[in-house]
This record gives sequence, C-alpha cells and structure tokens, in this order.
Amino acid sequence: MFSYCTDPSTLEGLTWLSCYLTTGKHMGFYFSFVTVIVLLLITAPVALLFGFAGASAARSRFLPLSLLGKTYTAIVRGVPDIAFFMFFVIALDQAFEYLRHKVKCPDWSEPIRQGNDFVVCTQAKLPLSTSPQWIHETYGFALAVLTFSIVFGAFAANVLYGAMRAVPRAQLETAEAYGMTTRQTFWRILVPQMWIYALPGLSNLWMILVKATPLLFLLGVEDIVYWARELGATKTARFSDYPHGNWHAIYFFGLLVFYLMLTSVSERIFKRITQRLSHGQATAAGEAQRKAAQ
Amino acid sequence: MKKLILSTAALAVTAGFALAQSGDTVRLGTEGAYAPWNFVNDAGEIDGFERELGDELCKRAELTCEWVKNEWDTIIPNLVSGNYDAIIAGMSITDERDEVIDFTQPYTPPDPSAYLAMSADVDPAAGIVAAQATTIQAAFVAEQGWTVVEFPTPEETIAAVKSGEADAVLADKSFLDTMVGSDGLVMLERMEAIGGGVGMGLRESDGELRDTFDAAIQSMKDDGSLNELIAKWEVASQF
Repeated sequence: MFSYCTDPSTLEGLTWLSCYLTTGKHMGFYFSFVTVIVLLLITAPVALLFGFAGASAARSRFLPLSLLGKTYTAIVRGVPDIAFFMFFVIALDQAFEYLRHKVKCPDWSEPIRQGNDFVVCTQAKLPLSTSPQWIHETYGFALAVLTFSIVFGAFAANVLYGAMRAVPRAQLETAEAYGMTTRQTFWRILVPQMWIYALPGLSNLWMILVKATPLLFLLGVEDIVYWARELGATKTARFSDYPHGNWHAIYFFGLLVFYLMLTSVSERIFKRITQRLSHGQATAAGEAQRKAAQ
Repeated sequence: MKKLILSTAALAVTAGFALAQSGDTVRLGTEGAYAPWNFVNDAGEIDGFERELGDELCKRAELTCEWVKNEWDTIIPNLVSGNYDAIIAGMSITDERDEVIDFTQPYTPPDPSAYLAMSADVDPAAGIVAAQATTIQAAFVAEQGWTVVEFPTPEETIAAVKSGEADAVLADKSFLDTMVGSDGLVMLERMEAIGGGVGMGLRESDGELRDTFDAAIQSMKDDGSLNELIAKWEVASQF
C-alpha cells in the first residue's frame, strides 16, 4: 500500500506494522466487518417481518393458516442451527435451480439427479457460471440473509405470538365496545401495544443473531471469524512477506472487543426503545413514568 | 477400412467436444489453507502449487477459470450440488471418494505421509495423533486403532501438537516440511505409505470436463513442465 512497503523484511516496529495491517488480505478482513454489519441490518427487519407474518398466521381463525404459522415456528425452532445452515441452504439453492431448469430448459432429457450429482442445464445455473465472482458472492450473501431470516423469524414469531396474547383483554374489549372491526382492533390497538411485551424476547434474539454471524462461512461468505483464523495462522517466510507465529489469540481478542462493543451499543439502544414504548402503558414501567411526570 | 471410418468419426466427435468446451468458464474449488499446495497470499489471493497448475491446465484446455474458496469439510457436497465444477485442493485419490466423485489422473505421484512431534522419540501408536478431518491420514490412524483427534483445518492440527493436546500430527510430508523447526517441531523417521496420488475431483456426470483436464495434465507430464512445477513448490516427488 505505502511506497516503503516493497521489502518488509527490512522494516521494523510501527512502519512494519503499518505495512502489515494494509496488505490485501487485511483489506479483506476489514471488509468482512462491513459484510457482517450489513447482514445484521438487513436480516433483523426481514426476520421481524417473517416473525410478524408467522405470529399473525398462528393467531388466525382460519385453520389452515393457523396450522401453517404454528408448523413453521415449531419445525424451524426444533432443527439445530448448524444442520439448518449446512443442508437447508444447499436444498434451497437446488430448489431455485430446479425451478429455473423447468422453465428455461423444457427439452432437457437427462435426469437432474444423477447418482450424487445435481445437474441442471447451463442456462439454469444460479448464478450462471460465467457471471463474475462478485455476483456469486452476492448470491451467497442473499441466501445467507434468507436463511438467517427464516430461522430467526421462527423465534420472533413465537415471541410476537406471546406478546399479542399479553396485551390486556380489557383494551381489546374497549375497542370492540367502540365499534371497531376485528381488523381495526388488531392494527390500532393490539399491534401498537404488543411491542413492549415483545421487546425483551426480541432483544435476546438480536444478541443471538449477532453471535450467530460466524455461521456465514458455512454458506461460503467470508466473515470476520474466517479472516481472523486465516490471518492469525502461522506464516512462514517462504509463503509470506510478513512471517509470524500463531497469532490467533491477538486476532480473536480483537473480535472479542468488536462483539462486546456491538452488544453494548445494542443494549443501550434497546434501553431507549423500552423507555419510549413504556410511555402510557399499563405496565410497571409505564406506571413509574406516569408518577415521575406528575 | 470400416474401423478407420469409425475412428475418424470418433475423433471428429471428440474434436467437437473440445471445441464446445473452449472458452467456457470453469469454477475451481480449493481450500486455501494448505501451503505449499494452496494458500491465501498477502494480497488475499489464492496462491501456491495448485494455483499455478490450475491456471496452466486451463490455458492448455482453453478454458476460463475462476477460483473459489471453500471449507474442506463441505468441499465435496458443494461440488456435487454444482457450486463449482472441479476440486483442486491437494485431494488424494481414494476409493471412498471415488464412489462419490470422479478423479483425473494424478498430478503428483503417491507420496508417504509424515509425522511431526515435539521430540523425535514419540511413538504414534502409543500416543494421540492429530489429523485434519476427512483426510486419508485421519482414516489411516482410525484404521490402525490408534487414538485420533480430528481438526477442521491443518493449522489446528499443528497447534494441537504444540499445546500438547496431541503427541504427533500425521499429514502430507510437503505440508509438514513448511512447519519443521518452528517452536521445536521435529519430523519422525517413521513414514506411512498411504494415498494414491493427488488428482482433480469432478462430478461423475461431468465426463467431458474430466477428459479435458486429463488431456491437459498428460500434456504437462509429457513436456516436463509438471515436474518443474512440482520442484518449484516442493510439493511431492517427481514423475
């Protein structure tokens, strides 16, 4: 990166470090932090959406819909994450390719399953094998977002389902007495009030999601843990200009600091949201706020 | 005469295949954590013996090649489900793997595996041996009935010996050569003749691509450039 970095073996101290920390490999490492944060920022709202849909479905008076919502939460919550991430994603990818294959290559005569192999026509590949690497990476990232959302959506559905039932029955009854329809009661009374009951569960889920991001590497996305493992590994002078011993401890300590900072910032944000949502609620926190304001 | 016509026809068909393939994009999957075979260099790119070999094979076969990194544990499942088209990751040709995928002819001869330990008088049969999971070495130690501890990456097998968690590590000699001497690691005299050479792994349904790479490897064997490459990276004995 810097002009003096051409021969690192002659460098020492801070100059060496400045060269070492700006190698292409380290740039990949820094970029992976962005990847993780972007993943979190996209996954959280999408998972919440899945959760909301799941919870609303489970509450539905229409039996098939309520069964669908309940099955989704029950099955996804029961399957171990690692199994889900290893097999579900491959299955999902194959399902997409299978559908594209049926549409794009109707004349294809060979079977799609040949022994262990999964073979679709070239045009049905997703992404096409001719596409540049970044498209493959984006596709992998999108699959990761979808998988994380499905898994965490199931947990969120259960949390929201519980929260919807925690809203005092008197509130809903009053709404009905005013002549609101079921739909109006749901959107105007139930949904605005349920968040305060859902928040502790949702903040737990967020923390677990933050810690689950290293599963990204199972999906072929290079995350911070992958790079820390790779960069911290022993480097010999034959294959690297910056030979060093096993530096895993240093890199993992860096990750520890990053994760702790991330969780502590989230903790503070959740605290503020709780305060806002407690306002005017028939809960102990809401009552305390009312008294303080008097 | 009939034979001659037939063989001409066969030749024309093969030529047709070769033409159809030229210019196609082939994705090569590797681990990127097994110097000198394949590793990630300072610039963050895949480097090593197999990088050079793969690029040269693709040039000879007139294919455009794209490199993909994948964890060793899931390297075969991702090949058969079509995420990349070939494995080139220091993978020894074994019967178990051959049932699931196909191999080209070997591009390095079968070489013995070696042990690395903290002192030269360690007996692997009596102690705990570290090996990378789902490798021929791990299978070998298990077969002998010795105690094996498996790790997902080669780096961790070495770390286990240094920390005393294992008494010795069994791996390809060329990989261990890069580690000898660091923190007092020594190579044992004992070697194990396992594995049938290293080849590229391909889907069983992808016979054409296998033939293409087979021919490219053969041409590198014939003009001696493969031996030069092996010598340059010190990965194995020569043909």
